[in-house]
Amino acid sequence: MSLIEDIEESGWVFGKDTIDSIYACMQCGKCTGSCPSGRITGYRTRRLMNKVQSGDRSILEDPDIWLCTTCYTCYERCPREVKTTDVIRALRNVAAKEGYMSKAHRATAMYVIKTGHAVPINDATKKLRKKLGLSEIPPTTHKYPEALKAIQNISKKMKFDKLVGFDWNTMNLEEREEK
Amino acid sequence: MKEYAYFLGCITPNRYPGIEAATMKVLKKFDIETRDLDGASCCPAPGVFGSFDLNTWLLIAARNVTLADMMGLDVYVTCNGCYGSLQEADHLLKEKPELKDWVNENLKDEDLEYKGNIEVKHVVELLYDDIGIKRLKEAVVAPLDAKIGVHYGCHFLKPSAVRGHGSSERPTILDELVEATGAESVDYKDKLMCCGAGGGVRTRDLEVSLTFTKQKFESMKKVGIDATINPCAFCHLQMDRGQVEIHDKFNGELFNMPVLFITQLIGLSLGMSTEELGLNAHAIPMTEKFIR
Repeated sequence: MSLIEDIEESGWVFGKDTIDSIYACMQCGKCTGSCPSGRITGYRTRRLMNKVQSGDRSILEDPDIWLCTTCYTCYERCPREVKTTDVIRALRNVAAKEGYMSKAHRATAMYVIKTGHAVPINDATKKLRKKLGLSEIPPTTHKYPEALKAIQNISKKMKFDKLVGFDWNTMNLEEREEK
Repeated sequence: MKEYAYFLGCITPNRYPGIEAATMKVLKKFDIETRDLDGASCCPAPGVFGSFDLNTWLLIAARNVTLADMMGLDVYVTCNGCYGSLQEADHLLKEKPELKDWVNENLKDEDLEYKGNIEVKHVVELLYDDIGIKRLKEAVVAPLDAKIGVHYGCHFLKPSAVRGHGSSERPTILDELVEATGAESVDYKDKLMCCGAGGGVRTRDLEVSLTFTKQKFESMKKVGIDATINPCAFCHLQMDRGQVEIHDKFNGELFNMPVLFITQLIGLSLGMSTEELGLNAHAIPMTEKFIR
């Protein structure tokens, strides 16, 4: 499949039209000019759009694609209404499928599979919650094991566990070479 | 009396429960009751999980919305990230019947069905629309005398076509709420800029992420701002703990600027104490103007 077809498949929840808005890009650079990340790093949104448009798969291994904070400033300002942030998220899905997912990101995903929360509770917060008159354990997956089970079922069904390399025996990440 | 389910997310209950306590107390003062959303999970973060696998992102977000849908209550959030996920998922499901079918097919095993009968709201909407500036002003008993730098964050306003709160370029909604407390909202360079935490950047590249934050604090300091307020638990963490991290990573610069969630600032103006609002548990201590 071509790069754009891969992106359309990964980004199907937004619809094909959203992803295909990339073809309206005329390389004006307003996205790069608006980008707070590009101000301090080498990340260039316009270049990313250009590579996607021309089907250049080398963009998938470019670590710079992970420097977008999804602030939507370029999306708001694009004079051609390219759905930049949606394209970027779908493009990252393709990169993740090809194994370009950092260990730190895999760890964040692991916490959701393991606890239901990307940022799970700790003892200091439990104490503080009590002091504030709140329940020590919040009424979330932390309190309800069957709710956590639902999150784990969804992770399995979507093969999210495989994507991030989650080992159900150790309830931890599998060893994987970082690409 | 109005009643809402409260979607807590991760950072609010698990790192900054003061936001949770302050929000419920302030709402209660205006006869808005909060119900637990039992069994909710991570939203999951739109720029993080949305970047890993959009199918998993949509299903987990839809599950969270469906929990409120099945209670028959509109749901509110105290984090722009949670808002980004839940509001966007709800919007997509209401717009695209094929997505709704797919979600329901996959939620069947969990005995859940998304019907789309409720709304996902940000707590700022409750403050501004349900309570309103006039009632807020009337309830102020301990007006703030301080210069406040408002940080809007990103996903509360953007994408504006999905969020529906008007233009994201010169919003005033939070500034009006701040000024209702007696404080002054002071403009600063890059006021509308991202805090740097989103999209998985904080996790993957902390220094880049903190550089955004540092730029914002430098600009706020230049115009004599006393404290910054935000409507987002994740921005809140980035701006509060981030100041300590900036100090450690970038050779000693310490801004020491108090960081308050919008309902914590309002709580102070309503006569609540620093302690009951959880403000004394922040990484950056409150200064005199915010100790009550």
